[in-house]
Amino acid sequence: MLAHFTNIITVFLMVAGLYIIIARGNLIKKLIGLSLFQTSVYLLYITPGKLIGGTAPIISPQYSVYSNPLPHVLILTAIVVGVATLALGLALAVRIREAYGSIEEDEILDRDHSVEADEAKGAH
Amino acid sequence: MKNDLVLRVLGRLMIPAILLFALYVQFHGDFGPGGGFQAGVIAAAGIIFYALIHGVAATRRLVPDGVVETMVASGVLIYAGVGLAGLLLGGHYLDYSVLSHDPVHGQHRGIFWVEVGVATTVCGVMLKIFYMFASRGNSED
Amino acid sequence: MAISVVAIVVTRNLFSVIVLSGAYSFLMATVLVALDAVDVAMTEAAVGAGVSTVLLLGALHLCKSEEAKPVHKPWLPLAVSVSTGALLIYGAWGLPDFGDPDAPIHQNVVPRYMENEVDVPNVVTAVLASFRGYDTLGETTVVFTAGAGVIALLRRRKKGPEKTREKA
Repeated sequence: MLAHFTNIITVFLMVAGLYIIIARGNLIKKLIGLSLFQTSVYLLYITPGKLIGGTAPIISPQYSVYSNPLPHVLILTAIVVGVATLALGLALAVRIREAYGSIEEDEILDRDHSVEADEAKGAH
Repeated sequence: MKNDLVLRVLGRLMIPAILLFALYVQFHGDFGPGGGFQAGVIAAAGIIFYALIHGVAATRRLVPDGVVETMVASGVLIYAGVGLAGLLLGGHYLDYSVLSHDPVHGQHRGIFWVEVGVATTVCGVMLKIFYMFASRGNSED
Repeated sequence: MAISVVAIVVTRNLFSVIVLSGAYSFLMATVLVALDAVDVAMTEAAVGAGVSTVLLLGALHLCKSEEAKPVHKPWLPLAVSVSTGALLIYGAWGLPDFGDPDAPIHQNVVPRYMENEVDVPNVVTAVLASFRGYDTLGETTVVFTAGAGVIALLRRRKKGPEKTREKA
């Protein structure tokens, strides 16, 4: 049980993010859920790299056991790319808000349907 | 927030420290925690802090859009240029060992310039994104 | 950390959600320090708690700050999430134990990274810039592209006299 404690936390964070993405209609809330999901992936990568009794991977004569540096590299770049894509998503949300006057998924779909119905009426 | 004395004084004290710390993180990245990605983000955060206190217009005068956009593009070009330099000096693309007579020294030189490129792009992109969101808000008020 | 996550899920005021997610990022950074990932923790603290909070607030300023009441019942998404979680935990039992030095992740390329022919004490920097240089070049390009995308989406359309100046 204790050996997999970190995995259970990771899965909990992942599921919380997934729930926000599926259940909530607000686009900004969805993006926050997405970044929660992303942090759980950071944990998923970093935890296997940790060695008990190890230290940070900066070579120094005092230490001999280091944690695995490879996941750190991967996640380091993933965080920065993550914030750049988050900004892209927010920019899309802002444009949607300007076009539809709302960032709620249901209202946007409603407006799309009513516009389609109007166009169908106009065609007849 | 322009007239808040506490924020102005704190900003005066902290912004140079933040920018200095960004440079430290950038150039000390070989020996301690740090590197281009962190340094770029920290420098951008320092300038965004300035923008939150003194307003976006003042920040745009200090760090104009042209400079920021040049930073965005030139960072990637520096990185790719290091790769090309390796190619021209007879090595593989992004092979730093040929950049100097001593392979280890060449590696150090390559890593230094690559980190400079990364920091430039990251700082530029963060600032540009912040400018875009902030100026959009002002136009609608 | 779990408490702040639950609060993020439940709270409907987007402003408090954003402040909570900033606090969550700082907690995540401390966890990363405990897991020896100092570089990653530094980035997470600067990016997650600093820049992305500012960006979210900036976007929120342009949108409504109160989330609408959900129309649908939350049972179906809840069931999907919980069953996914159960499946993942079941799968996690097959993973190596936490902190196990014999795990496959420590066996393959890492000893070579640790020998450090680059002679840079911080192995993370060495791997980032030298061993995986192509990778980082790609990531930098992704950041660049995302910035260009935001510029394309949010650039104000110039009107009247400004338009001619732009052409000139």
